[in-house]
Amino acid sequence: MAHLVSPLVSIENVDMRYGGANGTLAVSGLSMKVGKGEFAAVVGPSGCGKSTLMKLVTGLHIPQGGGVIVAGKQVTEPVSIVGMAFQNPTMLPWRTTLDNILLPLEIVERHRHRLRKHKAEYVEKAERLLETVGLKGFGSKFPWQLSGGMQQRANLCRALIHEPELLMLDEPFGALDAFTREELWCVIRDLHAAQGVTIVLVTHDLREATFLADRIFVMSARPGRVLKEHVVPFARPRELDLMYEKGFNDMVHELHGEIAQARVAA
Amino acid sequence: MSIAAENAAATPAKPLARINWVALAPWLYTIGLFVLWELLVIALEMPPTILPAPSRVFQAILQYWSPIWKNSLQTLYTTTLGFAIAVVAGLGIGLFIGWSKTIYAGLYPLMIGFNAIPKVALVPILVIWFGIGTIPAVLTAFLISFFPIVVNVATGLATIEPETEDVLRALGARKMDIMLKVGIPRSMPYFFGSLKIAITLAFVGSVVSETVASNYGLGNMMSSAQSQFNVPLVFAGLLMLAVEGIAMYALMAWIEKRMTGWAHRSTMAQ
Repeated sequence: MAHLVSPLVSIENVDMRYGGANGTLAVSGLSMKVGKGEFAAVVGPSGCGKSTLMKLVTGLHIPQGGGVIVAGKQVTEPVSIVGMAFQNPTMLPWRTTLDNILLPLEIVERHRHRLRKHKAEYVEKAERLLETVGLKGFGSKFPWQLSGGMQQRANLCRALIHEPELLMLDEPFGALDAFTREELWCVIRDLHAAQGVTIVLVTHDLREATFLADRIFVMSARPGRVLKEHVVPFARPRELDLMYEKGFNDMVHELHGEIAQARVAA
Repeated sequence: MSIAAENAAATPAKPLARINWVALAPWLYTIGLFVLWELLVIALEMPPTILPAPSRVFQAILQYWSPIWKNSLQTLYTTTLGFAIAVVAGLGIGLFIGWSKTIYAGLYPLMIGFNAIPKVALVPILVIWFGIGTIPAVLTAFLISFFPIVVNVATGLATIEPETEDVLRALGARKMDIMLKVGIPRSMPYFFGSLKIAITLAFVGSVVSETVASNYGLGNMMSSAQSQFNVPLVFAGLLMLAVEGIAMYALMAWIEKRMTGWAHRSTMAQ
């Protein structure tokens, strides 16, 4: 198991309960560490508290027990060093794609005051990002003029525009067809390689997790905790062909078995 | 794409202007209604004091053009003024209610209770406060038309996608940021949509008030015509109201389309 020198995200024995003292216990005794620059994936049966994990790490929820430390600081309020992307691209339909991507800059404290003066610089940056994800020249289009896959690419750009240290992805490719999904796997793989950003990907797709991640956390059924941690051994850069190799399929198979067990245990 | 291609192929096949039945339909149906009405009156031999024929109504419009015109303008004035106040107040209250769940929960039942009161019952109170005339008419138009605006604006704010809110809050957005960047633009289609409903209700309010407590306006004109058994003039007033209502509705629909084109994407896309 790889030794983590400086974890960017460190979750220690966290309990999170919704709706007061008798509410649902979403996660219990949850612990995990994600190293700086690492690509981590979280898999598990449905309802295992993966979305709660997202909200804990981003500071949208503060846990009742245990601690969440991001970038060396205890999380007590939303941490603005993260970018988030969900399955639903949630582009604002009244803004062009470019203006949608610039939206986080109008919010984040260290950018919002210099946005107007340095607009050209930021627009250039957004256009570079668009080019990276294969959307060059689409900035002036409205989101509803783009296909689902293109909207999700733009969504990734929006999550990355403020140069977050941590990118949280909640099943971002869930609603896409198989080919578009594979294309976007490569996009996110290349973004990770080029930008050195730390990524936490929550997903149901075990092949996606195995193809993309350095480290996979398997969560139990509700209340969620980490059952097992896998280090993915395949060397980078990885090509899509990797998915047809025996070692790859063995790993997916093993993960599948663990989740099936976790479902039965629930 | 394929639909566009088919259209392009189909259009040159019939080069000369085909009759656009859809565009013509409103006029044809209106004329149809008047013709039917005229025939019915002739067939049943209705006396004009019960149901005047449209030809008789148009004749009354010409005959009484000066008072009709003056009173129409008065009604249009009270309605538009009341409506304008309703727009400002409705937008403000709607944003206020949509701002927080507590305010929403607290004020919503009050609003519904208030809206359930027939506004005609308020006219006597307004008369006690402001006397008869323009002011109660304006206020009744305002009271009756601001509710749909409030509800629509508040609904627009209350239905922000939670993911959008999460994305922004995780970046450190304050409530005000989310309102300005997402909530208010999002509620605009609801707001402009509600204007169409509100303007027709505003006419109801102003005319009710004019009928009960005014010396001006179409409502007053119709009630005095009625007391003189001048039924064609009553119908002339109704017709003028319908015309004003349609005109204002069309104006609101046009404004809605201009302001929130992005919300009508299904008709514009590709």
